[in-house]
Amino acid sequence: MTRRTAAPPGTQLPRWVAVPAAVGGLLVLLPLLALVLRVDWADLPALVTSEPSRAALLLSLRTAAAATALCVLLGVPMALVLARTALPGLRVLRALVLLPLVLPPVVGGIALLSAFGRRGLLGERLELLGVSVAFSTTAVVLAQTFVALPFLVVSLEGALRTAGHRHEQVAAVLGASPTTVLRRVTLPVVLPGLVSGAVLSFARALGEFGATLTFAGSLQGVTRTLPLEIYLQRETDPDAAVALSLLLVVVAAVVVVAVRGGRLTA
Amino acid sequence: MSRRRPRALVGTALLPVALVLAGCGGPDAAPAGAGDAAATGASASGVTASGANASGDALTGTVTVFAAASLTEVFDELAATFEGQHPGVEVETSYAGSSDLATQITEGAPADVFASADERTMQEVVDAGLAGDEPQTFATNVLTVVTPPDDPAGIGTSADLARPGARVVVCAPQVPCGAATQRVEEATGLALAPVSEEGSVTDVLGKVTSGQADAGVVYVTDARRAGDDVREVPLDGADAAVNTYPLAPLADARDPETAAAFVDLVVSAEGQRVLADAGFGAPGGS
Repeated sequence: MTRRTAAPPGTQLPRWVAVPAAVGGLLVLLPLLALVLRVDWADLPALVTSEPSRAALLLSLRTAAAATALCVLLGVPMALVLARTALPGLRVLRALVLLPLVLPPVVGGIALLSAFGRRGLLGERLELLGVSVAFSTTAVVLAQTFVALPFLVVSLEGALRTAGHRHEQVAAVLGASPTTVLRRVTLPVVLPGLVSGAVLSFARALGEFGATLTFAGSLQGVTRTLPLEIYLQRETDPDAAVALSLLLVVVAAVVVVAVRGGRLTA
Repeated sequence: MSRRRPRALVGTALLPVALVLAGCGGPDAAPAGAGDAAATGASASGVTASGANASGDALTGTVTVFAAASLTEVFDELAATFEGQHPGVEVETSYAGSSDLATQITEGAPADVFASADERTMQEVVDAGLAGDEPQTFATNVLTVVTPPDDPAGIGTSADLARPGARVVVCAPQVPCGAATQRVEEATGLALAPVSEEGSVTDVLGKVTSGQADAGVVYVTDARRAGDDVREVPLDGADAAVNTYPLAPLADARDPETAAAFVDLVVSAEGQRVLADAGFGAPGGS
């Protein structure tokens, strides 16, 4: 509050900035508002709790949770390597790791297919061992992890860089082993960054559509997540599609508020 | 599938640009473009083009055709033919799933002709009062079975699809090709246990050509289009679900005469020949 009323000279924004800012805000909020206005409130409970909707929601929550766990398991070490080591070519490595952020999901799906598909680089060998990820829930989790991992890595790497080395150096001087330093000093310091990264990963995994459709297929209870169900419902029952969309918007809003709230208190 | 929508949107978005260009071109630009179109049209469609040229010269402007994605190749060819027959006319095409197109039309997209892959979506447009004329059936399509060329699961007949272990992909019952698959299953007693129910027939085809699935149920025209990328096995009882394709000029067509002329071309002997080449059935028989 004090910041806003007593802006130091030179930090005041020109007034015209407010206009494009307001237009930008409208661009984001207007479609969401229009979606809410389109919701058939009387039928909403029935539409959201129908058998296919429930199956899709449950599958989405399960797979997104599994993908988030995988992201934490793999992403924390990745962020540590990127933030705390001086490997040659680290910048290139970071750019490559972040690629799924900017890749169209359908491209991610084709790439996953080339690696883990039945005729893929790795998938062909797995198939010989009797392991098949094609059309399985595992394929959904793989696709979600692929697109969500960069969110966790970016958040955590930023937190690690901001936190700096000081506490870790003190702990090391006092005789703590590298693992103890990581467990007792580094991770507790960056915990807010880790949590917000995990929440963002969860949200991204929940919304995954293109890679799942291309790579995993679409079968109720197995691979048809909420976004795929919305896409299919749109063909025959637009009201149901809108109702389920609202559900995803609400979940996304909760997630974003949770992350922002977490950051403010941190 | 986000892939199809943008294409349709781009078509719509480019429309004003095309109109402006057409307007700005004026008398200088017209003869050159018309000459090219006439040349290609004449070589592509032979006798018909020269015959229609004399009567079609009165038509000018742009005609925007919204057509089901399965019609892409056929309508690209017919659009070139039409431009050859009517040198003053430019055909804009937008291809997408029929229900996507119907939604765009009812939401006010500027289309002149709508060619749908099923009667239900056409009925939506008719019910909205947007059809300019009674829809005509111009083609039919039936289902077939495709497998990867090396046929990993040994699908000899369509009855093999029900074998345990065969990874079969079909369209979801919510989309026209899935509804048709269900009708064939009911008529023949074939009990499929698909590993995936896709939202569009192109996704089914993709799962087969990539080797993910052992077999898929698609339209004959899709199998024809995929060529050597798939091996085709006839689907027993496919006649139980003959999909009919209706088309109609739209009520808000900028030039109803041009829109009607395009519809006439599709149902003409020439149009029917191009459709038959692509694997479509004739509207009357099945």
